[in-house]
Amino acid sequence: MRLRDHTIALTTIVRREVRRFLRIWMQTLLPPAITMTLYFIIFGNLIGSRIGEMGGYDYMEYIVPGLIMMAVITNSYGNVVSSFYSTKFQRNIEELLVSPVPNFIILTGFVIGGMARGLLVGLIVTCLSLFFTQLQVHNLGVMVSVVLLTSVLFSLGGFINAIYANSFDDIAVVPTFILTPLTYLGGVFYSISLLPEFWQKVSLINPILYMVNTFRYGILGVSDINVGFAFGIILLFIVGLYTYALYLLRIGKGIRH
Amino acid sequence: MTQISTELATETTASGAAASAGEAIPKALSIRGLTKVYDNGFEALKGIDLEVEQGDFFALLGPNGAGKSTTLGIVSSLVNKSGGEVRIFGHDVTRDPVAAKKLLGVVPQEFNFNQFEKVGDIVTTQGGYYGLSPKVARERADHYLQQLGLWDKREQQARMLSGGMKRRLMIARALIHEPKLLILDEPTAGVDIELRRSMWAFLQQINSQGTTIILTTHYLEEAESLCRNIAIIDRGEIRANTSKRELLARLHRETFVLDVAPPLTSVPRVEGYPLELSGDHTLIVDVEKEQGLNSLFQQLADLEIKVVSMRNKTNRLEELFVQLVENNLQ
Ligand SMILES: Nc1ncnc2c1ncn2[C@@H]1O[C@H](COP(=O)(O)OP(=O)(O)OP(=O)(O)O)[C@@H](O)[C@H]1O
Ligand SMILES: [Mg+2]
Repeated sequence: MRLRDHTIALTTIVRREVRRFLRIWMQTLLPPAITMTLYFIIFGNLIGSRIGEMGGYDYMEYIVPGLIMMAVITNSYGNVVSSFYSTKFQRNIEELLVSPVPNFIILTGFVIGGMARGLLVGLIVTCLSLFFTQLQVHNLGVMVSVVLLTSVLFSLGGFINAIYANSFDDIAVVPTFILTPLTYLGGVFYSISLLPEFWQKVSLINPILYMVNTFRYGILGVSDINVGFAFGIILLFIVGLYTYALYLLRIGKGIRH
Repeated sequence: MTQISTELATETTASGAAASAGEAIPKALSIRGLTKVYDNGFEALKGIDLEVEQGDFFALLGPNGAGKSTTLGIVSSLVNKSGGEVRIFGHDVTRDPVAAKKLLGVVPQEFNFNQFEKVGDIVTTQGGYYGLSPKVARERADHYLQQLGLWDKREQQARMLSGGMKRRLMIARALIHEPKLLILDEPTAGVDIELRRSMWAFLQQINSQGTTIILTTHYLEEAESLCRNIAIIDRGEIRANTSKRELLARLHRETFVLDVAPPLTSVPRVEGYPLELSGDHTLIVDVEKEQGLNSLFQQLADLEIKVVSMRNKTNRLEELFVQLVENNLQ
C-alpha cells in the first residue's frame, strides 16, 4: 500500500516534469539541437578537417561523444534548476509539502524529470550527429551507464542550485560560471594529452573530464583516464549530492520559513 | 453465552468510559503551546492553544498580521514551528506526518499553483500526490470541478482564470483526496457576493457531510452566518475562543437603525433610549441588552412615528471584534 502510494506519487511528479519541458519545447529541446548542429558543422566539418586526428580518430568522431555528453549535462542540470526554482517561485512546491509525499520521492521525481530531458536531448543530438559521422559502440554497458549516472549527478546539482536560488539570476550563475567552463575544459574538444603536464594534472580535478572520457571510451574505446576510477568518482558525487539535497529538503531550506 | 455477554458488557463500558473521558474521539485539530519565531526574530505566535471538534465549522479571526496564516501554515507543514504541538485527528504533524497529512486539505491565502498548467491537470496531479490512481484522480477532479463551476475551464491554463475561479480551483484541489479536515485561509477574498454565497452553500454542504472546516476571513458576517465556533487571534495570542453564540452574548448593547415615517425635523423625545437622527427619516438607537425594544416602539407610536423597517447598524460580530482588538491596544 505504502509502496503503491509512493509509485503513484513518483510517476505523477515525473509526468508533470515531462509535460513541462515538452510544453515549452522551444526553450528546452530546440536550442540544444541547433547549437549542437552548429558545433558539428563548424568544429567538426570546417575546422575539424584542418585539425586532422585526435586520439587516433577523426576530429569529428572524437568530439561527437563529448558534445553529446555536454548536451546531457547542461539539459539535466537546466531542467531541474529551472523547474524546481519556478516551483518554488510560483509556490506550487506547497502542493507537495502539504501532501504525504516523502522528500526522497520529491527529489527522485525531479531527478528523473531532469534525466528525461537530458537523455532526450542527448538522443536528439546523437541522431543529428549521424548526419555528420558514423557512430560505433565500443562498450554499450559503459556508454549507457555513464550517461545515465551523469544525468543523475547533474540533475541533483540543478536541484541543490534551485534550493539556494533566490532569483532567476541565481539559477544562471552556476551554469554560466562553473558548468560551461568545466565542460569546455573537460576534454570535450581535445585530449588532455595535448596539454602541458601541469595543466594535465589540474584537469584531473575536473569531474566532467571523467564523465566525458568514460562516455568516449564507451563509444570509441579511447580514454585519458581510468574508466573504473571514473565510475567511482561519479558514484561518490551522486551519493554526496543526493544526501545533501535530502538534508536541505528536510530542513526546508528555501521552501519553508 | 454468558461469557460472551459479559465480554460485550465490559467492552461497552470500557468504550463508554473512554468516550466520556473524551479520549475515544480525537479532536479534528488540537494545538498546544504553539510558538513561532521567524528567522528575522519576529515572534508571530506566542504560545497558542486551540481545539476544533470533529464536524465543527470553525472560524479563526483576527486583524492583518495577527498570525492566522502562520498558524494554518504550521498545521499544513508549510511553515516550521518553533515550539508546541499540533495534532490532526490525534496524529502529530511532525511525528506522524503521513497520517496527519492524508486527513488534511489546504486552501492557502495566496495562489500557489503553476499558472501555466491546465486546470484539470492541477487537480489530478494533486490526487497523484495522495496515491490516487490516474483514473480515480480524474473522476474526482471532474466531479469537484463540476461542483465548483470550473468544468468548462478544465483544459485552460490556470493563469486564464479570474481571481474567484482561481480560489475555487484551489478548493477543488484541496478536496481531491477527500480530507476530513479542510482549512481555508481567506477563501472568499476578492470573490463577488453572489459567488461568495454559492461558496458558502458549498462549504456548508461539505460540512454537513462530515468534513470539519476551519476558515479565516475578514468578512465577519461570513463567520457569523457559517461558523459554530470562533477564535479570535491578535498579535500571536488567542483573545477569545468559544462558540459564536457565547461570543455574541458578550455584546451588551446593540445599535439599531430605524427607518421612520413621516420625515422628522428633530430628534423625538423618548425616555431611556439615546436617539440620533441621520437624514430626515432614519433614527439610530443604542439599546442595552436587557432593556428590550417594546418601550421604544410604544413611545414612538405615541408620537405617531411609524417604524417602517429596522436593522442592525453594524455587523454584531464586527463590533465585538473591534472591542477585543482595541482593548488590547490600550
Ligand atoms: N516569512 C516571514 N518572515 C518574517 N515575518 C513574517 C513572515 N511571514 C509572516 N511574518 C509576520 O508574522 C506576522 C503574522 O503573519 P500572518 O501572515 O500569519 O498574519 P495573518 O493573520 O494571516 O494576516 P492577514 O490577515 O494579513 O493574512 C506578521 O507580522 C508578518 O509580518
Ligand atoms: Mg493571512
